[in-house]
Amino acid sequence: MRTLLLRTVFVLALPAVLVAVWWVASEDSTDVYWPPLSTILETFPDVWTADRLTGDVVPSVLRLSGGYALAAVVGVGLGTVIGSYRRVRAVCEPVLEFLRAVPPPVLVPVIMLFAGIGDTMKVTVIASGCVWPILLNTVEGVRAVDPVMAETARSYGLTGAARLRHVVLRSASPQIFAGLRQALSIGIILMVISEMFAASNGLGFTIVQFQRSFAIPDMWTGILVLGLLGFLLSVVFQLVERRVLGWYHGLRAATRRSP
Amino acid sequence: MLDVRGLRKVYEGSGRRVEAVRDLTFTVDAGELVCLVGPSGCGKTTLLKCMGGLLAPTGGEVLLEGRRVTGPPPGMAFVFQEYGRSLFPWMRVGENVELPLKQKKLSKARRRELVRDALHSVGLADAVGAYPWQLSGGMQQRVAIARALAYEPRVLLMDEPFAAVDAQTRADLEDLVRRLWRERGITILFVTHDIDEAVYLGERVLVLSASPTVVQEQLKVDLPDARDQLNTRVSARFAELRTHVYEQIQAAKRGGPVTKSEAVPKSDGRPSH
Repeated sequence: MRTLLLRTVFVLALPAVLVAVWWVASEDSTDVYWPPLSTILETFPDVWTADRLTGDVVPSVLRLSGGYALAAVVGVGLGTVIGSYRRVRAVCEPVLEFLRAVPPPVLVPVIMLFAGIGDTMKVTVIASGCVWPILLNTVEGVRAVDPVMAETARSYGLTGAARLRHVVLRSASPQIFAGLRQALSIGIILMVISEMFAASNGLGFTIVQFQRSFAIPDMWTGILVLGLLGFLLSVVFQLVERRVLGWYHGLRAATRRSP
Repeated sequence: MLDVRGLRKVYEGSGRRVEAVRDLTFTVDAGELVCLVGPSGCGKTTLLKCMGGLLAPTGGEVLLEGRRVTGPPPGMAFVFQEYGRSLFPWMRVGENVELPLKQKKLSKARRRELVRDALHSVGLADAVGAYPWQLSGGMQQRVAIARALAYEPRVLLMDEPFAAVDAQTRADLEDLVRRLWRERGITILFVTHDIDEAVYLGERVLVLSASPTVVQEQLKVDLPDARDQLNTRVSARFAELRTHVYEQIQAAKRGGPVTKSEAVPKSDGRPSH
């Protein structure tokens, strides 16, 4: 009980300090662009009504989930193929390195040409940015399957789909999750950016609207919402990861104890 | 049961050509426990992998019950030296043992029965729900053995399975292998670099030459069937046999490739050049 209390204190201490600093530092601010935190918090409930949540936050989250899921499927799928075959890897690697180096926001205008300005465009933009860390990490993870484990699988007749499901993907899962984690933050950034181009709702769109109409405290509340959303998603991600990779953390702790 | 005929394996890669196994011919009868012993780096693992269908031989063939081995045959199970890398760390002990059985399309009830029975045999009935990395090295190798047992193989190939465990655990595991062999009548081919282990375990010891490998000698181990760590290892016959095998291996190291010789009597055990 005490340790739990102590941990809660540790977790909350720094955020509390930061909020306090912000509060005090902005208290007497008369700068239009830098309103006091108290003003921002007062505005918050007025801006983020249930209507706005369903009208802007939900579409944003849906686009993010769509793009992220698409990137995960494509990234893990292609990554497994590329990681499994040396020849495919030799052909694909230079191209992948090039594509990865292109900053995804640059692609927004290009993707708009093909995918229009609707949700398809946004989902495509998010997916096109998220796919790289997932893909490259999956390739590495699949390549790194332990040869002894691979031979064990073979000698016990584990081939095809069973091998993929029980051996290859499980063995690569720590790397895949590392990729998924990177992709999540990229996804949120691209969600906002894609909504700043030609959109009629969503978080990015709303924040830009507030800024353009000089509703500065409202704009700040939007940024807070984005921060909270990111935090929430990362908590959910951690919960899933802890469940799926429980074995991995246990294994690592065990090897640390007896090297 | 198991026929190895003129087996030859040459590794080729990056301009280097290594002849690991030159010409190996021997047979293992059904229900036999044969130990393969040889100097380190003599291609024991290569041989075992060829027999298990994990490597394609360059020449010659391996026959299991008269059928040529081209891939891992269903009647054969493998126990690797690196238990820590052979068990899947993302699966609990029970799942590790069960996974190959799922692949064999056995019913759930049958699978559960085999898993319970195999884990019970190796003394790990309580560890079903543990992860392999929560167990000691010796226990992990027991799990690997249980996985092999549950697979119901007719032939069990063991590749230096106890090389990485401590001496006391090792003695226990040796007795476990003897017991399982006597209880279950599985044919076991046991590869080791430890001469004492080979003599203690085997009904027959095949001494391999240094690489490129041929069979240097075949030796029948005429120790009583019931063996135990305390008495067997101090018996005069055990000492004679291990000395003989030791001499053979020393000769193999010095002499390089030697032509295959059949089981020679002890008195003139050295190969003739």
